[in-house]
Amino acid sequence: MLNFNMPRYEIIRNEKKCINCKVCAKQCANEVHSYDEADNIMRADEALCVNCHRCVLLCPTKALTVKKYPLEFKENANWTAEAMNEIYKQAETGGVLLTSMGNPKPFPIYWDKMLLNASQVTNPSIDPLREPMEIKTFIGRNPDKLEFDGKGKLITKMPPKLELNAPIMFSAMSYGSISKNAHESLARAAAELGIYYNTGEGGLNKEFYKYGKNTIVQVASGRFGIDKKYLNTGAAIEIKIGQGAKPGIGGHLPGAKVDEDVSATRMIPEGSDAISPAPHHDIYSIEDLRQLIYSLKEVTGYKKPVFVKIAAVHNAAAIASGIARAGADAIVIDGFRGGTGAAPARVRDNVGIPIELALAAIDQRLREEGIRNSVSLIIAGSIRNSADIVKAVALGADAVYIASAALIAMGCHMCHSCMGGKCNWGIATQKANLVKRLNPDIMYKRLVNLVSAWNHEIQEILGGMGINAIDSLRGNRFMLRGIGLNDKELEILGIKYAGEAI
Amino acid sequence: MITINAKNIHYRALNDSIDKAVRTSKNIKLTDVCGQRYIGRGLDENIKIKIYGTPGNDTAAYMDGAELEIFGSAQDALANTMNRGKIIVHGHCGDTAGYAMRGGEIYVEGSVGYRVGIHMKEYRDLKPVIVVGGAAGDFLGEYMAGGAIILLGLGLSKNERITGRFCATGMHGGAIYLYGGTDAFNLGKEAAEVKLTNSDKEFLKKHVKAYAKHFNKNLSAVKVNNFKKYAALNKNPYENMYCKN
Repeated sequence: MLNFNMPRYEIIRNEKKCINCKVCAKQCANEVHSYDEADNIMRADEALCVNCHRCVLLCPTKALTVKKYPLEFKENANWTAEAMNEIYKQAETGGVLLTSMGNPKPFPIYWDKMLLNASQVTNPSIDPLREPMEIKTFIGRNPDKLEFDGKGKLITKMPPKLELNAPIMFSAMSYGSISKNAHESLARAAAELGIYYNTGEGGLNKEFYKYGKNTIVQVASGRFGIDKKYLNTGAAIEIKIGQGAKPGIGGHLPGAKVDEDVSATRMIPEGSDAISPAPHHDIYSIEDLRQLIYSLKEVTGYKKPVFVKIAAVHNAAAIASGIARAGADAIVIDGFRGGTGAAPARVRDNVGIPIELALAAIDQRLREEGIRNSVSLIIAGSIRNSADIVKAVALGADAVYIASAALIAMGCHMCHSCMGGKCNWGIATQKANLVKRLNPDIMYKRLVNLVSAWNHEIQEILGGMGINAIDSLRGNRFMLRGIGLNDKELEILGIKYAGEAI
Repeated sequence: MITINAKNIHYRALNDSIDKAVRTSKNIKLTDVCGQRYIGRGLDENIKIKIYGTPGNDTAAYMDGAELEIFGSAQDALANTMNRGKIIVHGHCGDTAGYAMRGGEIYVEGSVGYRVGIHMKEYRDLKPVIVVGGAAGDFLGEYMAGGAIILLGLGLSKNERITGRFCATGMHGGAIYLYGGTDAFNLGKEAAEVKLTNSDKEFLKKHVKAYAKHFNKNLSAVKVNNFKKYAALNKNPYENMYCKN
């Protein structure tokens, strides 16, 4: 059958620079490049290219570049090339369009429409290089009141808390969706940074139990790899209700990716599909959620904070209130830009709301109900840099989760092809020859570098505002001003327009 | 044997006292149990608990080898994510019993509610089994990925069916054995009837015998040849549903 889809990318090989060394052919798991012996020349099947840049970067003579395929359709603002190509694919296969990573559509990015304040004259700014700056963050519930005995000793039993050296954690990515070496890099970086990484819903590999005190173990509807030991090994437990990239949709790791080691980690048979149903079938209400939260607390002796993660959806504020009342120690909100190893494209691109609006609405709602203080709020869904984090804290977040940024630090080039399992960077793959390309000894240091750099930047920005503790910024929306926003957006974000004074 | 009276005790205090009791005795008796949750959660092997009354939701959650004998009915989510162990229920049982259960055995004398055995798994030497004397509600064995569910259908009236609708929906592993079978329209599209093998018959004999012993019943009229077996058509049911974009 004639394939209506033309290649997406054009591979340009500079013949003068190419030395036929075949590195490109060896590096490309998509088998784009091949050596034509008869003509003594490297050739490329461009239709197979995902534009991951592996061949470009590894080419010793820098003979390669990848460009957008120049073929244009007749100009049409409605029937774009993307819209037409997707129809060609579905007409050919009858399949649901599957994609990876976060929503790439040009929806508003509210981080970029908010500006931060700084001190001038009346309250001096602070130089964090030479003056104290408290950035330590605690995640967990706060008691309603503190009680002391006659001698002034605290008698209130404090709920369990996580202590973070930066308001940043590595978000849930399962072993199965990403490789063992990627997991090891995240675990080691979290341990060195004094923060936490999240197992995702695929269980915890036995080799990584030693990083338990820097690990958040996840419990999702498929309950993969969950037993008493797993739950007690982590520093905290996260119940995954939803994910920003695919709200309302379950997970599905194809059997082809369930090799011996993934099978052992998930505690399921080799080659069997790992299906996470869309809902937890024991949770149909806030009361049922409370039952699961407390079953996890019961089996871990009330020593671990329990998080509940939901996708940012229209009614997120009311749901968050319910989560706080159900007894969760932290609420995690994942915005519609959050990444994924695989999701139906239509869901990823059309379901959910921006994390900035969800965060502002939830923080406001919890304050109005007088319960914001009792629970921590963690946000996720495309935090791209330290300024995003500072703005998130000012909108009310206690900490952020990063995942796409962590993958980029390890070499991800955002080609949106994780679902194929042929990640040339050794991240979203279980193929041994690709996984070994990701060296945890190097990659964990890159993660440490990234978070350390962001932590410095956060301190600089805080100091500029005359603030010497991140707690003083939390929910302090006076430090934000909007730009290019309408009245409704300003109202939801709870901020004034640039130029407006207090 | 240590006896704990559970009357008017909150589940947290009750489970705490069970934890303390198992340090000195592996045999515990609970009396006047009335809805307390999580009894037996995470308990290890060699611990035996006799429960008198009605234990609450999530009884035996994450249990890891202990044995519970319930003289009464169990509520919802019995044996949630249980790893190992044995539960005998002298009564009926609510919804989602055996959710994501990975190993161990449950024997229920009477009937069970909706979504029993949902997402049951198996792994290496772990192979969970649920044996039910009566009938089950809708969505029996939904998303089932391993293990076995056996329904004896004892004492059902003419109008009662052994399963509800959507039995084995999303099934991709394991086996469901129904005494006398069920109509095809009650079955999810991912499962089908398969032939009963000799090893199935041995397996069924063993568990029918165990059921008869636990509940002191004469089951000589139950013939293993009358069971019908249902299994997944495919362990990768959704493989061809997608196209890469």
